[in-house]
Amino acid sequence: MSDISSQLQEQILTAAAEKQPLQIVGGGTKAFMGRQIEPGQEILSLAGHSGIVSYHPVELVLTARAGTPLIELEAALNEHNQMLSFEPPVFGETATLGGTLACNLSGPGRPWWGSVRDQVLGIKMINGLGEHLRFGGQVMKNVAGYDVSRLQAGALGTLGVLTEVSLKVLPKPSDSRTLVFEAGADEALSIMNRRAAEPKPLSGACWLDGKLYLRLSGAHSAVASTAGYWGGKPLEYAEDFWQQLRDQQLPFFNAASEQPLWRFSVNPTARIPRLDGRWLIDWGGAQRWYLGQEGQGPADKAEMERLAAAAGGQVSLFRGGDRSAEVMHSQPEAMQRLQQRLKQAFDPDGLFNRGRLYSWM
Amino acid sequence: MSQAETTGIKRNRQALAERFRAFIDPEYVISDDETLKPYECDGLSVYCEMPMLVVLPETVEQVQKVLQICHAEGVPVVARGAGTGLCAGAMPHPEGVVLSLAKFNRILEIDPLARAARVQPGVRNLAISEAANAHGLYYGPDPSSQIACTIGGNVAENSGGVHCLKYGLTVHNLLGVELLTVEGERLSIGSEGLDNCGADLLALLTGSEGLLGIVTEIRVKLLPTPEVAQVVMAGFDSVQTAGDAVGSIIAEGIIPGGLEMMDSHAIVAAEAYAKAGYPVDAQALLLCEVDGTEEEVHEHIDAVEALFRRLGATSVRTSHSEEERARLWKGRKSAFPAVGRISPDYYCMDGTIPRSQLAHVLTEMDRMSQAYGLRVANVFHAGDGNLHPLILFDANRPGELERTEEFGAKILELCVEVGGCITGEHGVGVEKIRQMPKQFNEQELAQFHRIKAVFDPDATLNPGKGVPTLRQCQEYRSLDMNIEPNAGAAAQHNGRCSHE
Ligand SMILES: Cc1cc2nc3c(=O)[nH]c(=O)nc-3n(C[C@H](O)[C@H](O)[C@H](O)COP(=O)(O)OP(=O)(O)OC[C@H]3O[C@@H](n4cnc5c(N)ncnc54)[C@H](O)[C@@H]3O)c2cc1C
Repeated sequence: MSDISSQLQEQILTAAAEKQPLQIVGGGTKAFMGRQIEPGQEILSLAGHSGIVSYHPVELVLTARAGTPLIELEAALNEHNQMLSFEPPVFGETATLGGTLACNLSGPGRPWWGSVRDQVLGIKMINGLGEHLRFGGQVMKNVAGYDVSRLQAGALGTLGVLTEVSLKVLPKPSDSRTLVFEAGADEALSIMNRRAAEPKPLSGACWLDGKLYLRLSGAHSAVASTAGYWGGKPLEYAEDFWQQLRDQQLPFFNAASEQPLWRFSVNPTARIPRLDGRWLIDWGGAQRWYLGQEGQGPADKAEMERLAAAAGGQVSLFRGGDRSAEVMHSQPEAMQRLQQRLKQAFDPDGLFNRGRLYSWM
Repeated sequence: MSQAETTGIKRNRQALAERFRAFIDPEYVISDDETLKPYECDGLSVYCEMPMLVVLPETVEQVQKVLQICHAEGVPVVARGAGTGLCAGAMPHPEGVVLSLAKFNRILEIDPLARAARVQPGVRNLAISEAANAHGLYYGPDPSSQIACTIGGNVAENSGGVHCLKYGLTVHNLLGVELLTVEGERLSIGSEGLDNCGADLLALLTGSEGLLGIVTEIRVKLLPTPEVAQVVMAGFDSVQTAGDAVGSIIAEGIIPGGLEMMDSHAIVAAEAYAKAGYPVDAQALLLCEVDGTEEEVHEHIDAVEALFRRLGATSVRTSHSEEERARLWKGRKSAFPAVGRISPDYYCMDGTIPRSQLAHVLTEMDRMSQAYGLRVANVFHAGDGNLHPLILFDANRPGELERTEEFGAKILELCVEVGGCITGEHGVGVEKIRQMPKQFNEQELAQFHRIKAVFDPDATLNPGKGVPTLRQCQEYRSLDMNIEPNAGAAAQHNGRCSHE
């Protein structure tokens, strides 16, 4: 519960002087994401930089230091019947706010309630020059200057160290209920998309093992009437189901650690490719998890990318597989150059998380 | 500008125009002063500048060639949508080319099942919702200028509207864009999926005011049209109470589709103009729109009405038909022209504040209003803290525009002081560049310049907008130190029009 930003800044300035690369660690729960860290990097730990800086329930705004554990945020919000609407996966008790934004990880409600990137209002960060900078703010709307805050989403800390994050938070829905339907993957996709086009309080749509799960959240009367109209079987312990989906604790995710887990982010209506492994569909079709076979190599990655592109999106090797090779969707050359230059604009000496996102960054 | 310079530009103008006419319909390469004139400003007409040339290409290849030529010649390029911007963002550069995207007005695809549309940048905001309507869908962000403004301009400004609190800004409603860099290189940013690998470049480009690249195609999300929307109007005898009521609605767990506030000046002006039935004796008026399923709307409307009454609203009225709803909104939506009728000119500001600071900010503004001898009417996107003070003035009175600008600048500084920002949705452009150093320090501004250099190292895309150079900042500081309060000594900006 303290502010160690000046220590962090000092460590970065020293590292810059010595050209010592740094590995940014939040809670360390998402070490499996991104590429294997290249050797010789010194740890820059955010764990000590934690605590809620301000929380105004009536303003729907919360500001916390980047090392604050998500569970601490959730507890504070809970007292006011509010929530992090992007439902961040809590991979373990130490997962932090900074790591969540850096990884741009959002849960099942993402298509309806927005992603962590959507809810970010402002940040403080330390760039590779050791400068502590503030972008955005603590208000809902702010278009002064470039949106450096949201730019950080997905950068995996390659542009700098987040020290503080301001978020828009939302009231918890007063009621929620989950309906289950028997359906094959193709049929489920079609239903999910049709239901999402209706003005009903849909807040989750997932398919797994021949079952389609639709979550409704909102005013009690709206949830009840929609449930009556859509049919399906009510799911008991629904909250546990969505939480396990969010935290990747469903048996689907408990595969052998060598088994590669691919994450497809695609057009929600795209057909499911016929492959040997297993699929889990989330985000109303827009996010799909594919559990591949042990020993998949670069040729398989190229094939996955081809499938993702055909589905209008991208794929990344979320976990397992060969993590010394590229794990994110490859970028055309012009985009590579742009991203390298952007990295340089923030971190000219390449101090932060070298090679974590792409080998060329 | 000196005679010699002007002659130089005119010579370049003809030579460049000829090169463009080789691949663009000659009619769409404008080089005569009379036809150039309408392009001299955007919606903020106190800033204007005649461009060297205006081009209206019709294909991406043509835009690409224009950019390649301008890049090779070091000629500034200013993108332009409908020119409704309110920060002089599309104001031309005297030695530059205005690149109008007006011919890119086609909706390329509507995918009702995926709830997305692929559109060209010159498509009008409202046209997207009109086209999607047949599928029970619409495009979320609805700036008051939506009949005229383009989606390309919306992307460049990250525009908002009265429904932002619930449905987000432009940045929340985009999936991807096709971009041309200053060199004319094509980039695809985003995808048909919701998230993409790596740093979020789509967010960086949204709101970048035409400084980083030219948007040539946009993929937007579409939302299902709510079954029902109803609006509750309530009058209050103090701004503080109305502000508290806004907080109480949120505390109740209700996120209204729209939540707008007007002060007494704005109420009176709007009522005179729109005859919406507003309580003209109220000090503040709230419009709270609830949308969703029929059941949900009933539940929430009851709660909102009860809450307003409990908090001492002096009048409460709820719309019971679409017609009535439209009438209640009409006053708010025509607030700008309504204010235009009670004053020869008005100047619209765009600060954002934490809602809890509303009463304090309005009191301070009242004080300044008296000190400057200028009236202010306030309309407020109360849900998300975005304040639009409209300063009433008469440009024909010597010095009054300068006093207005100084007053406006003070309002923005006040917004920053209370934890807000200088612009919520209209952008910085030329207009607020002077206030950027109030919100950002030199290191932050330098970081912005390094970002700009990644995309546009020679700074030929929309030069002089958005981010002040460090030299400008030093000039502002020395001006600030010499400035006498209320003396009407506002610094002269580049491009300020003379009003003879
Ligand atoms: C009466 C009135 C009401 C308004 N209400 C609102 C409101 O409620 N909310 C709100 O947010 N705004 C509002 N505005 C402001 C304005 O309408 C918006 O900023 C709008 O997005 C501008 O769109 P435009 O097409 O007119 O863009 P322009 O004014 O032509 O250009 C705006 C900026 O975008 C850049 N640009 C345009 N097209 C492209 C492109 N294809 N690629 C790259 N850059 C480009 C330009 O260079 C310029 O910097 C209002 C304006 C008026 C006059």
